[in-house]
Amino acid sequence: MRPFTQHRGRVAPLDRANVDTDAIIPKQFLKSIKRTGFGPNAFDEWRYLDHGEPGMDNSKRPLNPDFVLNLPRYQGASILLARENFGCGSSREHAPWALEDYGFRAIIAPSYADIFYNNCFKNGILPIVLPAAVVDQMFQETAAAEGYSLTVDLAAQTVITPGGEGFAFEVDGERKHRLLNGLDDIALTLQYTDEIKAYEARREQVSPWLFN
Amino acid sequence: MLRTLYDKLWDAHVVHVEPDGMTLLYIDRQLVHEVTSPQAFEGLRINGRKPWRADTILATPDHNVPTVNRRAGIADPVSRIQVETLDANCRDFGLTEFAMNDPRQGIVHVIGPEQGFTQPGVTLVCGDSHTSTHGAFAALAFGIGTSEVEHVMATQCLWQKKSKVMLVKVDGVLAKGVTAKDIALAIIGRIGTAGGTGHAIEFGGSAIRALSMEGRMTLCNMAIEAGARAGMVAADDKTIDYMRDRPYGPKGEQWQAAVAYWRTLVSDPGARFDALVELNAAEIRPQVTWGTSPEMVAAVDGRVPDPTEAPNAVKKADWERALRYMGLKAHTPISEIALDKVFIGSCTNSRIEDIWEAAEVVRVLAGAGRKVAANVKLALVVPGSGLIKAQAEAEGLDVIFREAGFEWREPGCSMCLAMNADRLEAGERCAATSNRNFEGRQGQGGRTHLVSPAMAAAAAMYGHFVDVREVML
Repeated sequence: MRPFTQHRGRVAPLDRANVDTDAIIPKQFLKSIKRTGFGPNAFDEWRYLDHGEPGMDNSKRPLNPDFVLNLPRYQGASILLARENFGCGSSREHAPWALEDYGFRAIIAPSYADIFYNNCFKNGILPIVLPAAVVDQMFQETAAAEGYSLTVDLAAQTVITPGGEGFAFEVDGERKHRLLNGLDDIALTLQYTDEIKAYEARREQVSPWLFN
Repeated sequence: MLRTLYDKLWDAHVVHVEPDGMTLLYIDRQLVHEVTSPQAFEGLRINGRKPWRADTILATPDHNVPTVNRRAGIADPVSRIQVETLDANCRDFGLTEFAMNDPRQGIVHVIGPEQGFTQPGVTLVCGDSHTSTHGAFAALAFGIGTSEVEHVMATQCLWQKKSKVMLVKVDGVLAKGVTAKDIALAIIGRIGTAGGTGHAIEFGGSAIRALSMEGRMTLCNMAIEAGARAGMVAADDKTIDYMRDRPYGPKGEQWQAAVAYWRTLVSDPGARFDALVELNAAEIRPQVTWGTSPEMVAAVDGRVPDPTEAPNAVKKADWERALRYMGLKAHTPISEIALDKVFIGSCTNSRIEDIWEAAEVVRVLAGAGRKVAANVKLALVVPGSGLIKAQAEAEGLDVIFREAGFEWREPGCSMCLAMNADRLEAGERCAATSNRNFEGRQGQGGRTHLVSPAMAAAAAMYGHFVDVREVML
């Protein structure tokens, strides 16, 4: 996994609540057996005017000129500004894969659905929670200033606005450590092999029917 | 120390705790389907890893499988590759798979309990958000992403932080024709789709105790639609009776020991919950969603709401967008909404009790001379598993449906998420017993109204929503 330390990037505002993972990456693209290449189909049904299917040449498809990510001023954005309960619905990790492949490194929202939030950390994306009023302010500032960019510092747990204003955010210590260092979760967990085996031995005594 | 059911399940699975509370939790069971697993198997292969305990994994293809003419194989080549990839991965890694033409194949969340693979007291995960279903068995069950699917395969564990616990207490007696689905939608209507975020929900109260295991599965299935990764119901006689003689369940002496343990899987009286929501079962009416989020729901005798009456500006914009997408006007009576398609199925409502409920409505209305209404182009019944399909056929239910004009299909996820050929066309309106009414969920531009199986069956026979309590008098 790509480590996340500090990132400065352009902000794209997605001004709607309860954006679900079906919207982030529609089901027809979940038929892929790969982990990459979902970016051109991120927000497919909002982003294009036609119906998308796997295998299409997305560069030839008609773009929806009204969809915010298609506006020239938000091209190259790497920080997604969103509203509450972002990423609700299906557990599909294809959603963070699509956002990452599109180019997003961080998301800022007042709240996230639990599974999506967790999946982001596995893919080098930092989901930042800021109070609704702060997020509101950022929506206004993004609208007011073309090229509006933010700096995210994971080590310092701060988002810094172009005006120099800093907003602190919370993140679990262990998640932060792994994201900062881009660590492989499985390799880390396998360091606990003895503890896992000891647990299993105890549990087999207590609940042998789970070990048939 | 008084403990909730969640506390007990959690405590029984702790392998290691970090100073910040991040916990290595042991996972007893994993269900696997074709959509969220290929990249996990690929990860194992790249790193030269094997499943820690292959015997704790059960796999089946469900999302992509066709519901007609299955012997001919899967027509869509992309879907076919995904299903064949699951078959190959299960062979290579020595996992048990109920392949597409196995009579036990079905939706993962239906076959787990049916086989006794899902058991009280276990931790169970699957790369699927509706894994909350299995909490109906006093188990800790939740959906995970593909990275975690691989992690559980490789280590038998997951890093988790303890959730808060919400008690949703439903007391009283449900009116005839009101079901677990209506309870679930009423709860979501009350607390919203983010109401349970950060929480595990325990469903309790006399109305929950009165539900069958099928009803409890429906309810726990929809916990994720209330934002809670896990839903659960305490173990009781119904739980234990359901477990009897299941193929993968405990037998002989182990059965006795297991039952003794299962009896402890209840919240201690007086245990503290972080949040409490109470509903009166007698007040719950059949529910119908009108919008593009499960929280956008009304009673069948209600009306489509007016966005100017939304509680705040964000909701007002949401409601306006939803009504535009759904092609509905504020104040329209729910009963005047006409339908193009009807879907009875999904991990929410495709179990035998759901099929019984729908069949009973069809039988009574067909007896009064009705058939599927002319404006309903397609009414599908998709059983949750091959075994449920066989049972329903043995009981003659397929004939009741077919004679009334329904199609009786092979088991799978089908039109809940339209990854196979079953889908809505743009603008089509569907009464569905599934769990999500998101934009495009059942097909791009499709319009979904979530209801119970009885309500869906009645809607098919009338061509619009009707109050099942009235037509079944």
